[in-house]
Amino acid sequence: MNVRNHKILRIGTGAGFSGDRIEPAVELCEKGDIDYLVFECLAERTIALAQLEKLSNPNGGYDKLLEQRMVAVLPICQQKNIKIITNMGAANPLAASKKVQKVARSLGIHGLKIITIIGDDIADKIDKENCLLDVTQASISYLGDRFISANAYIGAEAIVEALAQNADVIITGRASDSSMFLAPQIYEFGWAMDDWIKLGRGTIIGHMLECAGQVTGGYFSDPGQKEVPNIAKLGFPLAEIDFEGNAVITKVKDSGGIVSEATCKEQLLYEIHDPKFYLQPDVIADFSNVMIQQVGENRVAITGGSGRARTGKLKVSVGYDDGWVGDGQISYAGLGCVERGKLAINIIKERIDLTAINCTETRGDLIGVNSIFGEDSNGYENNSEIRMRFVARCQDKFNAQRICREVEALYLNGPSGGGGVVTSFKKIIAVASTLIPKQLVDIKLKILES
Amino acid sequence: MLLRDIAHSRTGDKGNISNISVIAKEDKYWSIIKKEITEEKVANHFKNIVLGDVKRFILPNIKSLNFVLSQALHGGVTQSLALDAHGKCLSSAILEMKISENY
Repeated sequence: MNVRNHKILRIGTGAGFSGDRIEPAVELCEKGDIDYLVFECLAERTIALAQLEKLSNPNGGYDKLLEQRMVAVLPICQQKNIKIITNMGAANPLAASKKVQKVARSLGIHGLKIITIIGDDIADKIDKENCLLDVTQASISYLGDRFISANAYIGAEAIVEALAQNADVIITGRASDSSMFLAPQIYEFGWAMDDWIKLGRGTIIGHMLECAGQVTGGYFSDPGQKEVPNIAKLGFPLAEIDFEGNAVITKVKDSGGIVSEATCKEQLLYEIHDPKFYLQPDVIADFSNVMIQQVGENRVAITGGSGRARTGKLKVSVGYDDGWVGDGQISYAGLGCVERGKLAINIIKERIDLTAINCTETRGDLIGVNSIFGEDSNGYENNSEIRMRFVARCQDKFNAQRICREVEALYLNGPSGGGGVVTSFKKIIAVASTLIPKQLVDIKLKILES
Repeated sequence: MLLRDIAHSRTGDKGNISNISVIAKEDKYWSIIKKEITEEKVANHFKNIVLGDVKRFILPNIKSLNFVLSQALHGGVTQSLALDAHGKCLSSAILEMKISENY
């Protein structure tokens, strides 16, 4: 393996979700002295939505901000030899790579090696009769023509292979978030693919980095309790990693935000169940003995991670059509506003029966009273304003729109003083999970040059 | 006092499962948190929301608890009609738990 002569590997996060800010990624490239920039842009549902887009446009189905991001970072990454790894390929990684090639050429960058990793899309291969979905506990075939997509979470191996082939930009579909961060560590340090402790550590570092600003003071601030300086200019994180898989999480000097033991502890436990068993395609990472220690200003050491042999199974996200949702909101204020909001909900419920609106599930909330913590919330009766929200799941667009019209009709036909109606209706793509044997996925690399 | 005085918290979601961390603000609060914030109390605190069981994991090195709440998100972010379908707000709710004044 082509191990670069690094003492410390520096990996930065360019995005933690598909809509994330772009300028912190540029800041990391300019001032972070990073070797790798990873854009993590796929949530559970994103890829199913992208599959739908690809159906209507064979050249679409990849991340909406791909072009903007590449325009912003490619010149500087080329100049500083920063490698880019991203799952912005979503449902159409090859089309995404062609777009990157086009952007590079338009910027006058030639010889950029773009490697696409394909094979995560297993919609045609998966055993629909025998794979049970976690949500429905029924087989995929039960979904019938509501089935949209099946994408396996692929691991670090193919990304390592692409790095060995000297990729400058690696574009994947449904790669596991932390695997994109683990791969450059495996490649640069020459870790064996069964060195479970190091793979566990590298996965934990990936986990710390994959949500970008969530470890540098985003999703954290609570005025009076937890302060975050200069939060509007939140910097994205980078990790300085040694060959044993220990790391310091930090950020660019003078960027906004904070890297503290508190931000790192919150992120370590984010979306974790049993900390001993964090199941990933590459390894079962063990978070239970991780130590988190402040070692300087905005510098926190992460040590003590571990791991054990992977399960040999891959998680698969299955996207399916789950009907339509109609959603309408209206505000009431002043004395009696909560009672008027409750009346509005009851009016809509009665109208659904009276006019036979076809819906399978409904929900009425009073935002400011009970929309988050449930019906029995106390102590909110003195509200000076509330917002009534009524939402219903319907099998078709027509009935979802009827819900919207009923909420709008409250203006003239509902309780007194209702204002500010907003309505929306949308098609719902739901996602469920299943597991498959790793062998079912056949990964291939495709090379493009600018 | 409230848990908010001695701990901080973050919520994550995977499917219909919510996880809520409880992290000691200072080392001296760790034993109180570990003793007071039990599976039973958390299950009771979220009884209007959580349909499944509540499991607690202890991480002594970082003086933190991790609570895993199953069937907690009305089916999860892609299914739920709830406004906060991710359950992002649940961390603020756990911090409203009361701690005995004996400490």
